[in-house]
Amino acid sequence: MTRYFFTRLAGAIPTLFIIITFSFFLMRAAPGGPFDREQALPPEIAANIQSAYGLDQPVWVQYGRYLRAVLHGDFGPSFKYQDFTVTELIGQGFPITLQLGLLALALALFLGVPLGTFAALHHNSAADFATMSLAVLGIAIPAFVVLPFLGLLFGVHLHWLPVAGWEPGSIKHLVLPVFALALPPLAYVARLTRGSMLEVLRSHYIRTAFAKGLPLRTVIVRHALRPALTPVASYLVPAAASILTGSLVVESIAGLPGIGRYLVQGAINRDYTLVLGMVIIYSTLLIGMGLLVDLLYAWLDPRVRFAK
Amino acid sequence: MVATLRIDELSVSFAHRTGTAAAVDGVSLCIAPAECVGVVGESGSGKTQLFLAVMGLAGNAKVSGSIRFQGEELLGAAAPAINRVRGSKLTMMFQDPMTSLTPHLSIGTQLAEVVVCHLGRSWGEARIAAGRMLERVRIPEPQRRLNQYPHELSGGMRQRVMLAMSLLCEPALVIADEPTSALDVTIQAQIIGLLRAVRGEAGTALALISHDLAVVAGLADRILVMYAGRIVEHGAAAELFRQPRHPYTAGLLECVPSLSGPRLARLPTLAGQPPRPGEALQGCSFAPRCPRAADRCRSERPVLTGASTRQVACHFPLA
Amino acid sequence: MRGFAGGALERLRANPAAVLALGVIFAVVVTALLGPWLNPNDTHTIDWLHVAARPGLQSAHWFGTDRLGRDLYARTLAGARVSMAIGLVASILSVVVGVSYGAISGYLGGRIDQAMMRVIEIFSGLPLIFFVILLTVIFGRSESLLFISIGAVGWLTMARIVRGQALSIRRQDFIAAAVASGAGAGRIIARHVVPNVIGPVIVYATLTVPQIMLFESFLSFLGLGIQEPGASLGTLIAEGVGEMEAAPWMLAVPGSLLAVLLLCLNILGDGLRDALDVREG
Repeated sequence: MTRYFFTRLAGAIPTLFIIITFSFFLMRAAPGGPFDREQALPPEIAANIQSAYGLDQPVWVQYGRYLRAVLHGDFGPSFKYQDFTVTELIGQGFPITLQLGLLALALALFLGVPLGTFAALHHNSAADFATMSLAVLGIAIPAFVVLPFLGLLFGVHLHWLPVAGWEPGSIKHLVLPVFALALPPLAYVARLTRGSMLEVLRSHYIRTAFAKGLPLRTVIVRHALRPALTPVASYLVPAAASILTGSLVVESIAGLPGIGRYLVQGAINRDYTLVLGMVIIYSTLLIGMGLLVDLLYAWLDPRVRFAK
Repeated sequence: MVATLRIDELSVSFAHRTGTAAAVDGVSLCIAPAECVGVVGESGSGKTQLFLAVMGLAGNAKVSGSIRFQGEELLGAAAPAINRVRGSKLTMMFQDPMTSLTPHLSIGTQLAEVVVCHLGRSWGEARIAAGRMLERVRIPEPQRRLNQYPHELSGGMRQRVMLAMSLLCEPALVIADEPTSALDVTIQAQIIGLLRAVRGEAGTALALISHDLAVVAGLADRILVMYAGRIVEHGAAAELFRQPRHPYTAGLLECVPSLSGPRLARLPTLAGQPPRPGEALQGCSFAPRCPRAADRCRSERPVLTGASTRQVACHFPLA
Repeated sequence: MRGFAGGALERLRANPAAVLALGVIFAVVVTALLGPWLNPNDTHTIDWLHVAARPGLQSAHWFGTDRLGRDLYARTLAGARVSMAIGLVASILSVVVGVSYGAISGYLGGRIDQAMMRVIEIFSGLPLIFFVILLTVIFGRSESLLFISIGAVGWLTMARIVRGQALSIRRQDFIAAAVASGAGAGRIIARHVVPNVIGPVIVYATLTVPQIMLFESFLSFLGLGIQEPGASLGTLIAEGVGEMEAAPWMLAVPGSLLAVLLLCLNILGDGLRDALDVREG
């Protein structure tokens, strides 16, 4: 089992490395430095900035410095927000984004799987049809369309929940954003679970479980659920990517001070270190997610642990 | 004495595009306590569907008739009542050990859960009982096996595990559906020997479903022959083998090659195919393949006639 | 092939949701193209008298006006035209790129195939938005960049499917015969690989259009996409969000239209997938 984990880890690190290197050199190769603003800076200040940010060194020296810094968690100073380092900016916003993302993912799973199971158990009934129709809606309509509508309904019209804004520790400000973010992956998980559960329920070993006189709940939870969840596990990484992407928008609509807006603003302001730092963070998150999913596979199906 | 299993006019039919197809058509039978009944027939004869219906595993099929287990009516009973009986006093082992065990649960868990569910013991006690049962079905190193997963066991061992699962709660009736079909010949003999031993020890009734007469011959007290969803002949095993009265039974017996008989140029076969479940047939369903078929056979459906212990459904039974 | 297509058409016709979706899409397209003739307003005339006016069928502005007094009906239909045009063009682009890439990779096989697949894996690892943001940081906001990155949506899946098909086909005997008779790789790919993948390609192309429209709206919403004065549904939604509490129709109209389009395209794509019985290879 541990060997399986380390094999997977060894595969993930080069990918991360490639992404970091690729991003770095892409930025360095870009026309126009980050300080190509409308007004030209006086040459002394320009020279100072150059040496402060290491821009006057040869490229591979810069790369080496950068890599070493990244491994220490230091992404350098932000080009735009000159009083802050990228690490500080990330530190401020990351917990919020993480909260948002994890809650959305959890909602997608803990609502999606039971919904899908329910639909599978009531196959071809009205309830099944209704659930799956809602699922199509959820999959098709993106978070940044859903959230404003939810805000219109629950915020402006009914005044139940705040439309935007955030206070530390507040739950009600997170409700609509989390729900809007979770909706597409939730719908997809429900659909996946339903299809997969229907197949698993046809298996011979499920027939054996019923023949043993086990109650329905036990058969589903103990015998059917784990094999049925394999496609859902495969979907976890795309789900996380979808949630990460959606969070960029949701944070800006709902006024949540997460790191998503730094990414967007960084792109518009051409803030190299900020964007590079963000990309590395997001990539690490996704790759970490991939590793977790690999571990999850092994738990779901013991045969994977023994495979080469 | 109450029959362990009493089935009256059981029919199992499936709906499909052009109508309904009866997999089992008006079958009645009785299994006495500690009796071993062999049910033989080709695939499609309905023998498996019959017992799946008994276990309440008929799926989408429409089931009508009566199924009484130890006097209690199972058909139409509420789920808790069925689950009380199913897996404890009335158990079934299936023919495909490769796919009939849950891949992600250990053998120990799959055995112990029966005990926990039906006998209310703790998991620890249940595992001990499971280990003892593995010994009883002659699995070597039972303690090690408890922690293993199904894919780590051979086919023969998995079949023994299925048997163990069926015996844990001291059932009154074990239904064995083609227990040896997926196994090597040598392993087959072992499993049959095991079934015989278990029967002797516990006095459990056994319903043995098989298309292989040789398997049934060694174990059954009585034999039921099924064709196209109906019973066409039944009687005590020895007598049925010695003097089959239905042409189909005779044909089946002829097909079994014998080591002691004369060498044959070609193995005898039964010509033709059994009717598909949807086909509506007038008269005797075996008529198209029967060498003795007459006009009456094609127009009038024969019913089971004869003494209660020896019946045949044929207009012109063999002497 | 004809029999295959005929059966598929029947199955599709039997799917009421898909047929309805197709009808709605058709209606929207027709309205978007012909709409301007039905209403005298255009997209940039500012109506000083009716700034941020509510919608009303009696008034001059059926869907109301935006913060600058521009007619929302005209703007929304124009936005729909832009979004749909981008969806269609970029979809075709991604089909062409994806099919070529996959066909070449699968047919050539061996190390070239491995390398080409590696590239796809790396691209799949990171959501597209991050690539776009990286490129935007470097090259600034530009519409050609927009087109390239939007076209990059969906070619991955297409490439994977086509490659799978190409791999399985290249081992077959008739390919050896074709090669022996001197047919070049290009000809073989065009004649044999492509016809076999048309089914899945159609399905995924149909499913790619909403993905692209979504991505474009997403980018425009963030301010990284279509710039003023042009507008797509994404930019209109962004404007609408800002006015949500005071003038909800500015959000509701383009938002609903986008939602309906995406929903119908997805339903149609699902229906096609069922009709053609396609599974991801």
